[in-house]
Amino acid sequence: MTDNEKKALMVNACKVRIGIIESTHAAKAGHPGGSLSAAELFAYLYFKELNVDPGDPRKPDRDRFVLSKGHCAPGLYAALALRGFFPWEDLKTLRHIGSYLQGHPDMKSIPGVDMSTGSLGQGISAACGMALAAKLQNNPCRVYALLGDGEIQEGQVWEAFMFAHHYKLDNLCAVIDNNGLQIDGPVDQVMSPYPIGEKLRAFGWETAEIDGHDYDALEGAFAQARAVKGRPFAIIMKTVKGKGVSFMENQVGWHGKAPNDEQAELALNELNAQLARLEAV
Amino acid sequence: MADVKKIATRTGYGEALRELGQAHEDIVVFDADLAGSTQTGVFGKAFPNRHFNCGIAEANMMAAAAGAASMGMTAFASSFAMFAAGRAYEQVRNSIGYTGLNVKIGASHGGISVGEDGASHQCLEDFALMRSIPGMVVMSPADAVEAKAMVKAAYEHEGPVYMRFGRSPVPVFHDGESFRFEIGKGEVMRDGTDVAIIANGLLVAEAVEAGKLLADRGVSARIINMATIKPLDGELVLKAAEECGRIVTCEEHSVIGGLGEAVCALLCEKCPTPVRRIGINDVFGHSGPAAALLEEFGLCAANIAKVAEEFTKQ
Repeated sequence: MTDNEKKALMVNACKVRIGIIESTHAAKAGHPGGSLSAAELFAYLYFKELNVDPGDPRKPDRDRFVLSKGHCAPGLYAALALRGFFPWEDLKTLRHIGSYLQGHPDMKSIPGVDMSTGSLGQGISAACGMALAAKLQNNPCRVYALLGDGEIQEGQVWEAFMFAHHYKLDNLCAVIDNNGLQIDGPVDQVMSPYPIGEKLRAFGWETAEIDGHDYDALEGAFAQARAVKGRPFAIIMKTVKGKGVSFMENQVGWHGKAPNDEQAELALNELNAQLARLEAV
Repeated sequence: MADVKKIATRTGYGEALRELGQAHEDIVVFDADLAGSTQTGVFGKAFPNRHFNCGIAEANMMAAAAGAASMGMTAFASSFAMFAAGRAYEQVRNSIGYTGLNVKIGASHGGISVGEDGASHQCLEDFALMRSIPGMVVMSPADAVEAKAMVKAAYEHEGPVYMRFGRSPVPVFHDGESFRFEIGKGEVMRDGTDVAIIANGLLVAEAVEAGKLLADRGVSARIINMATIKPLDGELVLKAAEECGRIVTCEEHSVIGGLGEAVCALLCEKCPTPVRRIGINDVFGHSGPAAALLEEFGLCAANIAKVAEEFTKQ
């Protein structure tokens, strides 16, 4: 990755974060914490990894992305808007009556959303079904799913992990956002999912364990994922919940709470300063 | 009907899948370690590369079927009714119902006639659960011929469908050559004017028998096969209510939330009419041979005739 490419991704991740704050603030509800922790990933997916076309959001051979941790819709929506799937201004209608930007992803109403999610654990299963169908159809597309580290407490997730290995879904890449926090507290205090990588490897998956805010690491992991044959691939990315907004970082309280006017202003000031610094380089 | 051929409706399901699979490349079938029982194994034998055993993992199966459907496949997903509608209810609701994807749920072993396995496997709540999901078509065929036709109609229908099939062999009274099935349309099996008996599943054959018993006692009963529970054939129900003045519903399901309540809901808003509901009266079943259980719980011609006859005298 060239320095310019990386800078562009950093700028986009920062804009995604701005979108997350603006949309959850306007909604007076939503989930900023886990959206912010995955901002680099959203930027990487929509500006580097995924074969998608905002002008033809349903093209048959597009790569599929399933936000299995559907509550992080603000992050996905910001990335989709930034990539041109719908107008950026619409982010401010998130969760409003009459808006197509539902609280959790809705494939029927939102351009670029491949699967309706929100009830945890179901998205990864849907992604498995997509990858299986793609193989039957000789569709060259790849299927990506993003899960939360709390989400993998759902038993269904492990049913899906078994399924993906059994059917050799090497066109499937799961990303687990290991930000360490869920609504009720640290994941290892609520119900420890650890060791995540060892468990996945025991389920027959190839894995990469990386820093989810590091673009070189993301690039390496996704290249590895594409190269693996005969097995599904999982990227377990260590992240900071609330990343990019100082007072939200590593604070469990920001899992599912929207910033008020004052907090939104503070957060946007921070993010705009970050953006100005990035763009000045 | 001692001399009538008996075939389980699940057998019709398996045969229909195999025939559909021959004609349509877009069909994929998922099962959860019950392919021999649900009969999807018949499809699997013919098309092994399009039959996917998910193991004993119904939650994943339902959402995976939704994922496959999102890619343009028509996905059939099967297990026992207890697990398809019960265990995986929320997956069906969110990944299949809410998305409106083209998933057809083929649930076998519905009702008390599962028999010896007992209450844990006798699903008496699936109509209620599936009816409550917006857009879900809910059906239960009366015989193997209807089952086959229903599966083909489900394939042609755009969107989610739930079909309940039975374990036990039941009399085949439809003619395979001439029978035509339409989703949402009931079928008058016998005309009558004193009382209308609306049944589905294996109780249609019992209701037809009850109609004969009633005729012998001077009661003219209209017998209706209501294979589609949702969307209900309201026109046919209202006509029966207006012309007969009394309705008896019969189903191998709890009296809560199934065909009986669907009929009552329609009637109380559009044409208040006295109704008697025959079904399982808010209790769990227990082990025993299917025929003995059906008789014990009053799901038989003799009891249907008794209830209907008493009703006409009130």
